[in-house]
Amino acid sequence: MPQLVKMVVQRLALGLLTLFVVSVIIFLGVELLPGDLTEAILGQSATPETVAAFRRELGLDLPPHTRYLEWLGNILQGDLGRSLANGREISELISWRLYNTLFLAAIAAVIAVPLALVLGVMAALHRNSLFDRVINITTLTSISFPEFFVAYILILFLSVNAGWFPSISNVGSEMPFWDRVFRCILPALTLTLVVVAHMMRMTRAAIINLLASPYIEMANLKGLTRTRIIVRHALPNALAPIINVIVINLAYLVVGVVVVEVVFVYPGMGQLLVDSVSKRDIPVVQSTSMFFAGAFVLLNLLADMLAIVTNPRLLHPK
Amino acid sequence: MKTVLKLFMEAPWSGRFGLLVIAIYIMLAVFAPVLTPFGESEIVADAFEPWGGAYLLGTDNLGRDMFTRLIYGGRNTIGIAFLTTMLAFLVGGVLGFVAAAMGGWIDQLLGRLVDVMMAIPTLIFALLILTITGTSIPVLIVVIALLDSTRVFRLARAVAMNIVVMDYVEAARLRGEGLWWIIWREVLPNAMPPLVAEFGLRFCFVFLFISALSFLGLGIQPPTADWGSMVRDNATLITYGDVTPLLPAGAIALLTVAVNFVVDFFLHKTSGLRDEH
Repeated sequence: MPQLVKMVVQRLALGLLTLFVVSVIIFLGVELLPGDLTEAILGQSATPETVAAFRRELGLDLPPHTRYLEWLGNILQGDLGRSLANGREISELISWRLYNTLFLAAIAAVIAVPLALVLGVMAALHRNSLFDRVINITTLTSISFPEFFVAYILILFLSVNAGWFPSISNVGSEMPFWDRVFRCILPALTLTLVVVAHMMRMTRAAIINLLASPYIEMANLKGLTRTRIIVRHALPNALAPIINVIVINLAYLVVGVVVVEVVFVYPGMGQLLVDSVSKRDIPVVQSTSMFFAGAFVLLNLLADMLAIVTNPRLLHPK
Repeated sequence: MKTVLKLFMEAPWSGRFGLLVIAIYIMLAVFAPVLTPFGESEIVADAFEPWGGAYLLGTDNLGRDMFTRLIYGGRNTIGIAFLTTMLAFLVGGVLGFVAAAMGGWIDQLLGRLVDVMMAIPTLIFALLILTITGTSIPVLIVVIALLDSTRVFRLARAVAMNIVVMDYVEAARLRGEGLWWIIWREVLPNAMPPLVAEFGLRFCFVFLFISALSFLGLGIQPPTADWGSMVRDNATLITYGDVTPLLPAGAIALLTVAVNFVVDFFLHKTSGLRDEH
């Protein structure tokens, strides 16, 4: 066990270090870039006095490390600063959208993960059959599609032609739970189609990889059915890579919502980020980027840790 | 020309389909000014004219000819994606080879740098940078190329790592050849097949990425035609059951599928060749 604990702690420390470096890049790295933000926002005709006042207001006149530490301290206390565009508290802007984004990603995950597992196991079970080939081609194609293409096709067929689901997911804060789920169906389906392919292919590959092992042959010779061999004998041993790819895809889901939220006018973090980038509202862009990058880093960290924890060689050391 | 034809003949149907689609796209892009009836950003009629008549695919939200914009859009988007991928391969490939050939602290430094860059999702990183630098085509190309070069670096380094330990590289070193000779004459020729396949995949990624940025209104700026922003500009038509906005989106999808098919075929071919040795 101590070896396992040591590896987990090491990976955790590395993850925290990454988070720290990412936050430094997001908050200070932007200064190394060409282009002056003050000039971009105030216009080239701004007087030196306005520029100086604006820099003071943003704290741009202080040395970088002071600003970074101050910002870090504020963030840890839940104070994200104010938006440049409308002067509102960023934490206020974000909290409700954060909930929406996580809600959408969760619905997509609830649909996508079981679907990918079932399809992957079925494809492994009936490998090289027509079913396997059809799934293979469909998933290869869906990986190549831009997200908005998938989204608009779904809107065209399920919303405009069939009239089953709303084409705009404008959820409100007072909406009952199932109403909300209903309005999130199309964006969630889009995200599902985007991530299922990868997860399903990895599941199939992980299982097929194991089928040549002696213990599978043993099970085969015992006369077990193919379903039982795959579900009872192969699947548990293939879990580590499968869990890994699932968590990586969840990380992708959190980031992938950006485009999908814009298509469906869904009030989430992605929508906020895109709006703020076009308004060059740098404090909001930094806060939302930090959220997305943080979620991405943490989920990848989780994937690595699960891979360590589910490794039988580390769980049962000799 | 002969080799292309030979390649086409030995490809399976998916590979042939991919090669054919890519060839058609290149022709359309090259001969765009000849094939189009109107100018790229010329306003020729009212907004949202239906299909047919003088306007083959109708007009867009500002009354520009859809067919014309579709062809010019392909030219712009493909051209920019191609340049970006080339730049990413130049930067990532050279650095990856250098890291593998030199090893030591250069390898460590570049490796850690790439690790940190890859810890931030590409789309978020790109949006963050574009907020500061503003959006223009040269900036777009450089930013995406640098972000994408991290992936190329990883692959190039991994491939080159296996090559630099070969006897013939050792022999070249003992002969006293310099770093560039080793990279250019020993490593590069042997690293070509995986890098060419990766070029196709990276091109797809960059192409989808630029389209997504343009779709978000943060990529290629109007009046330059490109497929991503064309989808966005005309998206309202979808709610009336009109498929016009799906055309540019479908054009993107078709090209990426085609490139993927060709890459698939290419990988099979090169790995098959290796089996014969």
